[in-house]
Amino acid sequence: MTNALELKDVEKTFGSVLALRGVSLEVAPASVTCVLGDNGAGKSTLIKILSGVHKQSTGLFQVEGKDAVFDSPRDALANGIATVFQDLATIPLMSVWRNFFLGNEIRTGFGPFKWLDVNKMKDIAKQELLAMGIDLRDTNQPIGTLSGGERQAVAIARAVHFGAKVLILDEPTSALGVRQSGIVLKYVLAAKERGVAVVFITHNPHHAYLVGDRFYLLNRGRMIGRYERDNVQLEELTKAMAGGAELEALTHEIAVVRK
Amino acid sequence: MTTVSTTPKDERVKNAGLLVKALRRPEFGAFLGAIAIFILFASTDTTGNFAALGGIAGWTDIAAPIGIVGIAVALLMIGGEFDLSSGVLVGTTGLLIGMLVTNVGLDIWSSIAIALVFAAGIGFINGYVVIKTKLPSFIVTLATFFVLKGANMAFTKFVTGSVRVTGTEKAVGFDSAQALFASKFGAEGFQISLVWWLVITLIATFVLTRTRFGNWIFAVGGDANAARNAGVPVEKTKIWLFVITSLSAALVGIMFVLRLKGMQAGQGVGQEFYYIIAAAVGGTLLTGGAGSAIGASIGALIMGMAYIGIPFSRWDSDWTATFLGIILFTAVMINTYIGRKAKGGKK
Repeated sequence: MTNALELKDVEKTFGSVLALRGVSLEVAPASVTCVLGDNGAGKSTLIKILSGVHKQSTGLFQVEGKDAVFDSPRDALANGIATVFQDLATIPLMSVWRNFFLGNEIRTGFGPFKWLDVNKMKDIAKQELLAMGIDLRDTNQPIGTLSGGERQAVAIARAVHFGAKVLILDEPTSALGVRQSGIVLKYVLAAKERGVAVVFITHNPHHAYLVGDRFYLLNRGRMIGRYERDNVQLEELTKAMAGGAELEALTHEIAVVRK
Repeated sequence: MTTVSTTPKDERVKNAGLLVKALRRPEFGAFLGAIAIFILFASTDTTGNFAALGGIAGWTDIAAPIGIVGIAVALLMIGGEFDLSSGVLVGTTGLLIGMLVTNVGLDIWSSIAIALVFAAGIGFINGYVVIKTKLPSFIVTLATFFVLKGANMAFTKFVTGSVRVTGTEKAVGFDSAQALFASKFGAEGFQISLVWWLVITLIATFVLTRTRFGNWIFAVGGDANAARNAGVPVEKTKIWLFVITSLSAALVGIMFVLRLKGMQAGQGVGQEFYYIIAAAVGGTLLTGGAGSAIGASIGALIMGMAYIGIPFSRWDSDWTATFLGIILFTAVMINTYIGRKAKGGKK
């Protein structure tokens, strides 16, 4: 099976700064691939390469087995790679259905006179959100009145509806509470069920372990580990991510302080 | 869950009554204000004319030019930008037409066409500079305002030797242009500008709520980054808004120069604040992302009523500006309060 998305020995430099070195990544279709990394590990640079904001300095970037050259996020989007950024891609004061169709408005009319097909967009938004398990009271309400988790969910549903083959999620749960995070994770799985390859970028191994099929560990610009779900435990993942020995030393220090 | 309901309507939506629906409209506060001010002046009126057709013709005459530009300014403000050069541009386009007609000898229609292109150019420059320099539009258009204000005075004196342009009525095509832009109708002398204003209100409302461009206006004003991520051409949308604002100012300039058969070099200066007041009173959010065209029109109507109502009530008309200041503050306070309430108090 060809990978939905693949990086081979990718390196990214900004002047003399090595942001990423020898990074390889394989993302299978209809799966959840988690990239775990602490602050400063290079997660943001990786996302920006995948979403078409930056180009890799050296190395291979393939989408469905073909070399990908993206000049902009729009390019990436046209090739089926959608990114839901951490700072949310929604406009708080606009209604849910307007947000859902923003940039992809359905219009009706004749000749040069075109106007929005409001009822059709409301219906589709409601149905599509329901298909993802998001049951909203009213798609007319401003999206700012939804919770953070629900807003992320709408952004995910929107990407899926507009034909994303690969969905990149930038820290979707980092700003959310426990329950809200659970809601988002549910929609991550819903997207996978619909055949989307999800790249879930996070610093939270607990959230990753709940939904991931494959895990990559990113540290100081290098991929330091790759695990498949069948042969890894949460403890192992947490430890590896926090740098094993370092965390043990820290635990000891904290224990001393608490006495 | 009940299965009795056969309507597709979600049973969890409280049947929002007409009142709640009305409260959610951004122009609701202004609408109430307009009724209150109408009642106030109708009852204190000493001439018996305020609520009569003649009086209405009077205050809609004041309101129409403010409303025409105020609507465009409201759209621009919903899109997250300001234009302080809209007032002075009314004078600039009027003076330009006057000089093209009297000093160059062009016919009136060609002069109008040139003035519109010129105004569109000013709007484009405003928008382009704001986009490219990423400076606040408040500063950029304040600069345009002062550049044009100086140029209006200096250029008029240089060309005509005085601070006004006169004699546009002698131009070829003046009668047909005046019929379209500056004629009167009805026994009470309603200005044709009233018709323009109403038509523009309808078109702008349709554009804002029922077209893709309108959707983009709300988006770029609500969160430009998120809009860009969703594929909205943010820069193009904003530049168009500046061009539309300048064109609306040019339209009013055309109306004035045809009606007054000339133009003062200082015409329009200071009017930009009236446009912004109309938009703000009408429920346009100063930070962008929300507002309405009808609201701006109601805001303009309130100003028109104040300008006629105050002298009709034998109050000292020197207090008109003070009155408008209080109206502005009160309206924005009420709009903000209603806005919070209507959203259900969440966040």
